[in-house]
Amino acid sequence: MNPVNYLQILQFAAPETIVTLTVLVVLGADVTVLRGKSIAARFNVGALLSILGCASAACLAFHRHIEANLFNGLLVVSPSSDFIKVALLALTVFTILISTSGKFTDHVGEYLSLILLGTIGLMFLVSTEDLLMVFISLEFASLALYILTAFNKRNAKSAEAALKYFLFGGMSAAFLLFGFSLLYGISGSTNLREIAAGIAGKGLDPLLLVALVTTVIGFGFKVAAVPFHLWAPDAYEGAPTPSAAFIGSGSKVASFYVLAKIFTLGFAGAAGSAVWHGYLSGWTPVVAIVAALSMVLGNLTAIVQSSVKRLLAYSAIAHAGYMLLGVLSNTPTSASAMMFYVITYALTTVGTFGVVTVVEEATGGDAIKNFAGLSRRAPGLSLCLLIFLLSLGGIPPLAGFIGKFFLFSAAVSAGANLGLLWLVILAIAMSAVSFYYYLRVLKAAYVEDAVENAPAIKVPLLTFLALALLALLVVLFGCAPGLLTQFL
Amino acid sequence: MLAWTIYITFFGVLVLMFLPRDNARAARIVALLTAIAACVVAFAGAIQQANPGEVTTIVKTPWIPGIGANYYLAADGISLVLVVLTGLAAVSGILFSWNIEKRTKEFFAFYLALIGGVYGVFLSFDVLLLFVFYELTIIPKYFLIARWGSTRKEYGAMKLALYSFVGSHLVLIGLIAAWVVAKGQLGHASLDLIELSKVAFPIAFQHWVFPLVFVGFAILAGMWPFHTWAPTGHVAAPTAGSMLLAGVVMKLGAYGCLRVAMVMFPEGVRMWQGEIACLAVAGIVYGAGVALVQRDFKFVIGYSSVSHMGFVLLGLATLNTVGFDGAVLQMFSHGIIAGLLFGVVGRMVYDRTHTRDFNDLETMQLGKLIPFAGVTFVIAGIASMGLPGFSGFVAEFQVLMGAWTVFPKLTILSGVGILVGVAYTLRAVQKGFYSDAPPKPADPDHPLEPISVPERFGAVMLIGASLVIGLFPGLLMNWIEPCFNSPLSMFARLLVKGGSQ
Repeated sequence: MNPVNYLQILQFAAPETIVTLTVLVVLGADVTVLRGKSIAARFNVGALLSILGCASAACLAFHRHIEANLFNGLLVVSPSSDFIKVALLALTVFTILISTSGKFTDHVGEYLSLILLGTIGLMFLVSTEDLLMVFISLEFASLALYILTAFNKRNAKSAEAALKYFLFGGMSAAFLLFGFSLLYGISGSTNLREIAAGIAGKGLDPLLLVALVTTVIGFGFKVAAVPFHLWAPDAYEGAPTPSAAFIGSGSKVASFYVLAKIFTLGFAGAAGSAVWHGYLSGWTPVVAIVAALSMVLGNLTAIVQSSVKRLLAYSAIAHAGYMLLGVLSNTPTSASAMMFYVITYALTTVGTFGVVTVVEEATGGDAIKNFAGLSRRAPGLSLCLLIFLLSLGGIPPLAGFIGKFFLFSAAVSAGANLGLLWLVILAIAMSAVSFYYYLRVLKAAYVEDAVENAPAIKVPLLTFLALALLALLVVLFGCAPGLLTQFL
Repeated sequence: MLAWTIYITFFGVLVLMFLPRDNARAARIVALLTAIAACVVAFAGAIQQANPGEVTTIVKTPWIPGIGANYYLAADGISLVLVVLTGLAAVSGILFSWNIEKRTKEFFAFYLALIGGVYGVFLSFDVLLLFVFYELTIIPKYFLIARWGSTRKEYGAMKLALYSFVGSHLVLIGLIAAWVVAKGQLGHASLDLIELSKVAFPIAFQHWVFPLVFVGFAILAGMWPFHTWAPTGHVAAPTAGSMLLAGVVMKLGAYGCLRVAMVMFPEGVRMWQGEIACLAVAGIVYGAGVALVQRDFKFVIGYSSVSHMGFVLLGLATLNTVGFDGAVLQMFSHGIIAGLLFGVVGRMVYDRTHTRDFNDLETMQLGKLIPFAGVTFVIAGIASMGLPGFSGFVAEFQVLMGAWTVFPKLTILSGVGILVGVAYTLRAVQKGFYSDAPPKPADPDHPLEPISVPERFGAVMLIGASLVIGLFPGLLMNWIEPCFNSPLSMFARLLVKGGSQ
């Protein structure tokens, strides 16, 4: 074995290192210089520092164009994973921007650094092809997310949500670890490509099947797919809204990227087939069932929600179903279609939660009725909401529509003889259902009148700029998807 | 040049968004000027087009190369007819909603967004682009009705939005499947309608995919039994909303049936021809019959729309040139006449009397109080009944001629629909305006305001359009006929007897 070259590690993990340094700077500044200042000032300075750090890390990742594979797949750097990192950092920046007006905590430095730490975990997660590293970075990121969920100490729901999230998360980690250990036992390696070579040609023995199912369960929890979704609505509802935005965006992007990698690389020989009348056992039928359940249950349950955050949680479950469609189609086109969908979905989600944050601050709640008359009280904000929700509902020319078109057409192309069409029909039918509940929120904002003499809502400038930029991106990626697809 | 209809209209939306909130007058004027500008462009562009039988490209640039999508706007004679119709409907709709005082600028912003989408659908020759514009119209429709409508507006708006969305999703399923199959046959991804109109999709595939796409579009065309959104939607909508719904939005559906579903899957049409004709005639007869017993004035017009759109679908089902000519002409004619009828009922009558119930209207003697409305309605009614001299006659006559050669029994049945049409129109004229019921003394404190100038303009414009086309159908037929007659056109496959077998 070669001697470890630390300088090389530092070079390839430079973006992560920059973010780590940023964490220290933010924490340091918060406990020294900013001590005794107002929360708003601490938030603004801390956010500025974090954004500078993220931006420089993103610039570096975007411009370095290197391919590298250290320690047999422990740290893999490629232009595609670097682009995902850029997307993650952008999502982090937006999350931070929508948190700046938050009044849910006094611990500004800790809050910001936890978001950044979570991001570091996610960045390592997307740049590895080794199960051990996948597990470590996934848990590293999750720990940050658990704490972020509990961050509103004045709200009992926040603590409850975090506990639920933590217990479910811990269980899922156990499942993952169990599956991973079986895989190691079968193939004698933790490297995905070697695992694929190890299990190739052996057929689906029971051990592999168990490994496969437990992996699906483990990731099913992480991405909140049915029937492993139970934590999501409570976590989304109880967590401080910006934390929920982070759970629903950055962590989704990274989880789906690595999920697709594990299944398409690691289980390459055990794909099976989920096509109609052409079923072959393997991982695709399992994922197909999870995807179908998520789409149906997520959308149908979202209809009856009265809290917008819970509604978004169920819609997130439904969207996870659509994304799994991209995973199980198992072609290069479907993989990039899925990443397009996940990234635009994440941008939209951060935006929606940003709007919810503002409305929550102004009206004291996130029920649909709190959005009544929003178009009069804050026209710009409600225009952003309109764009985000319509994009989630899949209305052209927004990113959500074109993402669905990419995803569904890739899925139909993947199965022989239009074999996956049954899932696509289900997905399209369910997305027609989803239109109804998004429209319910928009109806409150645009059709219903606010209560008498409701004052105009003052939108914090930073938040509004972030939301406007997000809305612009959603429109832009919808009208000219080439801007994004060229990197995927 | 025609592309500017889309750009001007959306630019109008932008301008409206930046207008001060409470300046209703400015909003109206901006909206009217935008609509007139787009209408003028539509006329000029249509007249300029040298050969309406051919698809003339306006702009074609790669949009999403990965899936073969182009930003492809073009026009043939059928597009021209419908673009001109949209221009007329847009202007008259604004004239008939001059009295909107509640959130005027938002109203007209949604209104113009809807119009822009409609122009876009009629000019798109890329399936994805067409679909984008098609769905773009759903949201403005919803808000126009839910915010500014009347009777059960939120229910009607949601019903319309969901029906439209479900319909367009049926279309989406079909399009994705067709895209994949076409990619296999062509060797490259394509969404170009002209290219797709040459692909021979497998027969078995057409057998199931055609009804999916056709029904998806036909829902919006008010095909029985998927028409139920139409009456409730029309009734709930504000005047301009119903005028646009009946005037152009239902045409979007019929246009999609012809331009996408039928052109792409000619064998599928042949397999389902009889079923479509049956449903079309069911719509004609059912719509007319239900219109005959309504108490709400607007419901009469709403159901009559279902009935008249049945003729469009019947014309499409004939698969012969005469029937097609009639169907397209009927789209134009119904767009004008239904717009006028809704204008009279919604704006001239309902906005003044605040009732549409025949029992109340009978006691008002509106024919004497607002004679202009009465006369306009009589003329519109005559046009709607299909009397010679108006556009409805030429159109429905051609549809029936085309249908006679293919479905003689159904044609006779639809003749019954026409007779009932005469009955419900006369009933509406009598009950709405010239009743001989004992009059209730008019309330001297609240005299009905006189018919305003914009209303007069709008009414005269629409009556004029219907008369001109009724007397000189050649004006439009010169655009429509070459499209179907040329052996090179995209419709040629549809008209060849026996098809590719």
